[in-house]
Amino acid sequence: MKYCLPYLTVAALAGSLHLASAGEITGKITLKGTPKPEVDIPLTPSCGKINPNKVTTRHYVVGKDNGLANVFVYLKDAKAAPPAGEAQMLDQVGCMYEPYILGVVTGQKFKVKNSDPELHNVHATPKINKEFNFGQPLKDQINEKSFDQAEVLVRVKCDVHAWMFAYIGVVDHPYFAVTDKDGNFKIAGVPDGKYTVVAYHLKTHGANPGLSQAVDLKGTAKQDFTVEIPAAP
Amino acid sequence: MTRSSDNRWLHRFAVFTAAATFCLIWVGGLVTSHGAGMAVPDWPTTYGYNMFFFPFSKWVGGIFYEHSHRLVASGVGLLTVILAVWLWMKEERRWLRWLGVIALGAVIFQGVLGGLRVTQMKDVLGVFHAALAQLFFALISAIALFTSRWWLRGEAQKMSIYAASGLRYLFALVTGLILFQLILGAAMRHQHAGLAIPDFPTAYGRWWPAMDVESVARYNQARGEVTATNPITAFQIGMQMTHRIAAFLILISVAWLAGVARRRLGGQSVLAKLSLAWLALILAQAVLGVATIWTNKAADVATLHVAVGALSLVIGVMLALIAAKHARANAPEVSAVLPSTFDLPQAPAKATA
Repeated sequence: MKYCLPYLTVAALAGSLHLASAGEITGKITLKGTPKPEVDIPLTPSCGKINPNKVTTRHYVVGKDNGLANVFVYLKDAKAAPPAGEAQMLDQVGCMYEPYILGVVTGQKFKVKNSDPELHNVHATPKINKEFNFGQPLKDQINEKSFDQAEVLVRVKCDVHAWMFAYIGVVDHPYFAVTDKDGNFKIAGVPDGKYTVVAYHLKTHGANPGLSQAVDLKGTAKQDFTVEIPAAP
Repeated sequence: MTRSSDNRWLHRFAVFTAAATFCLIWVGGLVTSHGAGMAVPDWPTTYGYNMFFFPFSKWVGGIFYEHSHRLVASGVGLLTVILAVWLWMKEERRWLRWLGVIALGAVIFQGVLGGLRVTQMKDVLGVFHAALAQLFFALISAIALFTSRWWLRGEAQKMSIYAASGLRYLFALVTGLILFQLILGAAMRHQHAGLAIPDFPTAYGRWWPAMDVESVARYNQARGEVTATNPITAFQIGMQMTHRIAAFLILISVAWLAGVARRRLGGQSVLAKLSLAWLALILAQAVLGVATIWTNKAADVATLHVAVGALSLVIGVMLALIAAKHARANAPEVSAVLPSTFDLPQAPAKATA
């Protein structure tokens, strides 16, 4: 044991030094302009029994101080790194996908769960990665999947219930986040350095293609974005 | 084995098969209109079940449309097998027997194509599947026509061969244009992008829509899609505009042809009456096309648009075949040198002035 102690000490020091150089990037994304109102989704009778609540589309989920939810924020030019934390889960609850936007690392296995007593199919339609489509007829059935290549964003949908769809952002590293209901995000564990932070909102990314900012991270950094809704065509 | 060209029950069965095929096109149209083409991930099983034993309690959502489609398709396949065998055993005309074999091959190929569309997850196979469905419907309808007593009696009208010859090519040409329109429509539907242009008669408020990158981005941003439709592209907008232009061309072509048939053949002729029915169908199709846009592509309206499109194609094929038949029946001197395509009874020689 006494021979191991120096090595353990060195390892602990190295680890704390690494943590000391890993920072975080926080920020808020706000929406400028008035979006179209969300559309009510008429559920099928069987789904209506499972989910009696009013269900709408989720194109613009706007919270406190015009904070925009469901924006996938990631570092464009970070080095490839393994995932941090547990495997992500995409769940089917009340005939809706939760969460609406999910982030995974390339090659990282993520779980797809059916929490409903209703048959769903899980159909991913990526442009770069391999498409898949499988059924989940049983309640609490869990399948694991992964994507091999970076792609922002991959759509996953249920063809049995046409209103069910969600998106997965696939990047080569774990430095991403999805804004919460008030538009806030935090990307933790980022090594110091220069990066480009990209904010990708599904509905407006086409009209806001340059929504990215350079950041020189030294510990912590704050980067806010404003997503603007263009004038109607 | 005694063969004949006059088989009443065979003809009735052919008509029944054509009607069943029309129902299949309808049910198949519902699948795409509801975005349910991939609701059953496996084939030929259904969620692991033998498709004929899939529990009814599981026919939920999009599965109802896709699974029903497979069952009806199996029924049409069986009917086609029976028709092909019946033709082979009982039909005197060799070319018609082989037409039954071609129909059988087509329906088998169509079934495999549909299955591959699901297992390979290829939208383009869906386009071929849709196009072949229309052609198969036309083929079965033609077989029904050829086995009819009306066709056998060869009730040719007295008309100049030149008029009939011209008409058969004109009918064929416009029917070809309708086929192009149907394939274009199938290609549009299988983009799975919803309505590429949400208004009519304008397109995004203009007579010709802006199709630059920025405008298309704004169109996508402004959409509030409820289902998982793909983003629209400039190419899809171009397809929709081509579809509208082709619809206009078809409408005026069919209206003109109906007038020509009436003038040349008289209002009581079969061709003139059928041309008028064709025009009514095309007018209805145009209204349905507009309604598809105005109802934001309501599934039932869009599916009816598909079904009427199929009928329009079949009527065009019938007109071209009947006009060709009249041309041959009125031209014994021509039939002497041309191949005997239809084995028609020869019309009496014309009295010379």
